[in-house]
Amino acid sequence: MASEEMEQLVRREYTQGFVTDIESDTVPPGLDESTIAFISEKKGEPEWMLEWRLEAYHQWLKMTTPSWAHLNYPPIDYQAISYYSAPKKPEDRPQSLDEVDPKLLETYEKLGIPLHERAALAGVAVDAVFDSVSVTTTFKEQLAEAGVIFCSISEAIRDYPELVKQYLGSVVPQGDNFFAALNSAVFTDGSFVYVPEGVTCPMELSTYFRINAANTGQFERTLIICEKQAQVSYLEGCTAPMRDENQLHAAVVELVALDDAKIKYSTVQNWYPGDEDGKGGIYNFVTKRGDCRGDRSHISWTQVETGSAITWKYPSCMLRGKDSIGEFYSVAVTNGRQQADTGTKMIHIGENTRSTIVSKGISAGRANQSYRGLVKVGPRAKNARNFTQCDSLLIGDTCGAHTYPYQEIGNSSSIVEHEATTSKIGEDQLFYCQSRGISEEDAVNMIVNGFCKDVFQELPMEFAVEAEALLNVTLEGAVG
Amino acid sequence: MLEVKDLHVSVEGSEILKGLNLTLKQGEVHAIMGPNGAGKSTLSAVISGKEGYEVTSGSITFEGRDVLEMEVEERAQAGLLLGFQYPVEIPGVKNIYLLKAALNAQRAARGEEEIPAPEFMKLVKEKLAAMKMDPSFLQRAVNEGFSGGEKKRNEILQMLVLQPRLAMLDEIDSGLDIDAMRVVADGINSLRDPERGVLIVTHYQRLLEHVEPDVVHVLVDGRIAKTGDKQLAYELESRGYEWVLEESTA
Repeated sequence: MASEEMEQLVRREYTQGFVTDIESDTVPPGLDESTIAFISEKKGEPEWMLEWRLEAYHQWLKMTTPSWAHLNYPPIDYQAISYYSAPKKPEDRPQSLDEVDPKLLETYEKLGIPLHERAALAGVAVDAVFDSVSVTTTFKEQLAEAGVIFCSISEAIRDYPELVKQYLGSVVPQGDNFFAALNSAVFTDGSFVYVPEGVTCPMELSTYFRINAANTGQFERTLIICEKQAQVSYLEGCTAPMRDENQLHAAVVELVALDDAKIKYSTVQNWYPGDEDGKGGIYNFVTKRGDCRGDRSHISWTQVETGSAITWKYPSCMLRGKDSIGEFYSVAVTNGRQQADTGTKMIHIGENTRSTIVSKGISAGRANQSYRGLVKVGPRAKNARNFTQCDSLLIGDTCGAHTYPYQEIGNSSSIVEHEATTSKIGEDQLFYCQSRGISEEDAVNMIVNGFCKDVFQELPMEFAVEAEALLNVTLEGAVG
Repeated sequence: MLEVKDLHVSVEGSEILKGLNLTLKQGEVHAIMGPNGAGKSTLSAVISGKEGYEVTSGSITFEGRDVLEMEVEERAQAGLLLGFQYPVEIPGVKNIYLLKAALNAQRAARGEEEIPAPEFMKLVKEKLAAMKMDPSFLQRAVNEGFSGGEKKRNEILQMLVLQPRLAMLDEIDSGLDIDAMRVVADGINSLRDPERGVLIVTHYQRLLEHVEPDVVHVLVDGRIAKTGDKQLAYELESRGYEWVLEESTA
């Protein structure tokens, strides 16, 4: 949405006054206790949840935006944001794909997005979406049979309050950081997954999510719990560029793995990066943390970050249980004016804990990218091991890549290894491919995909194929 | 098929090729020999379109087309293929993937369909066998961790799969032991065809014992100083290059 339209909309809503009318679908911009009360009521939440939100809000008021990241953006006016708005009414949405930006459709085509999903992604109000409803229902039945709970966080708060009370904020506390506190106060939706003891979730939680992704909000809250010996693979996001009217995104994801549990969390993030000057792009400030609470538990983060004007994101693992394993595989691509400050934290607390970090950063255009990673080994984490590999690839000479590795080692029996490389995409490699008849653009794609291979192979199969296509689209025109 | 006329090429301001003339006809195998620094590698680099070489005057035509006006990949698609002296490593990209992408890019340029997978596998396996290479090569990243000899075999393998109109081989024989030399030479010989041409750039006469050239040129100080048949190669081997230079400036 153009900023002019946005302003108009904001003004129009403003004239309706500050009354938090439960019948209305949108609150005026601004954040105070009554906004939070409105959200909580709108969601039909119990009293304890509202109190929890308000606690977070009061902590947030005392906090300031973190300034240590290597990012450059104008200050955000948190009172200018509307914190709750219902999805657009059908009559306000495009009525068919003919009304959708042809460029967007072209991109869907290139990414191989199935026809019936394109309409949903583009926000078209048509029956096409119903196709997927039946698919969804089938999935839900299958999951219920296995005893897996998979629903929106709002539903979970209403239907499984004990589980939510026990785990929400137990990995990322309300006051963890500025954006997490904001999210805790105002989150409107997100996903909840609970896998009971000994159960391996019968499907990748993927297609389901993609279809529903169009409804995910600006302040998303996700909570995944794996009981003892349970396993789940969760896929977040979508390779298709997502339209969204909200510029600020501040999500929180919490993962809890008990004894022998395994959680694999894969993300493909492709929010709108803004125009050539970076105008209008999404600001993505995300707090993701996994808690390997049980012995021999295993949490693995895989992310492909290609979108957003600004990315601030450090999926982390708290390795508490003995012999627990944390992994972080990341590909981050920045082009145009995009900025990304991303990495991970591996906190070794238990004995014999192991972590692996593989980060591949690709920068093109006038983009700037930083890898920021912390490996912390506590005094009790005897024989902890970490291996970090951190590679940056530059395309052209107007982009930048930076690496900030931090290590805090609290005992002498641990081994921490770090390897880092920065390379320019080789003129020689390009020439070699081109001299075989391959076009420059295809050659760049080939080399970049080769560079990312270690990470792509960690993605679930269907996602890996899409991720490759996505990379190619993102880097279009990066050379020459 | 290849016509180089009065070619002058500079690298970073200093002139390397100083009026080079060369005519290669279909079905011919030419060898270009010469001492270090004479401009041998510069010639093949310029023909294939490598950056950093400034053509100050002269022309290169290939089957009637102005090569200097063509992009690097267009030259390859037209059938001009360079075998590298130092093949480049591309981590993470499987050899078979590069082969297939290259073949399909060339087919697309000719307006042909992509090669069907079974046909491609059959073709590649046959050529692998010819080069005495293990099929596991296909699954390895391009040239990564290959020995010098393996890299050179891989270059010829690409030639055999891509079937260029004119194959240019830049010091393909350097770093090869006797056995590998024979395999590489056999590969080159199988490219011999009345329709095609081969241009071999080499230091030594060693390779030419296995691949008999129709024409031998001596490149000295940026020009072709002498042209002859394969006997010239033997003469160079025993007498060195000095006399050619003296003869040509006399």
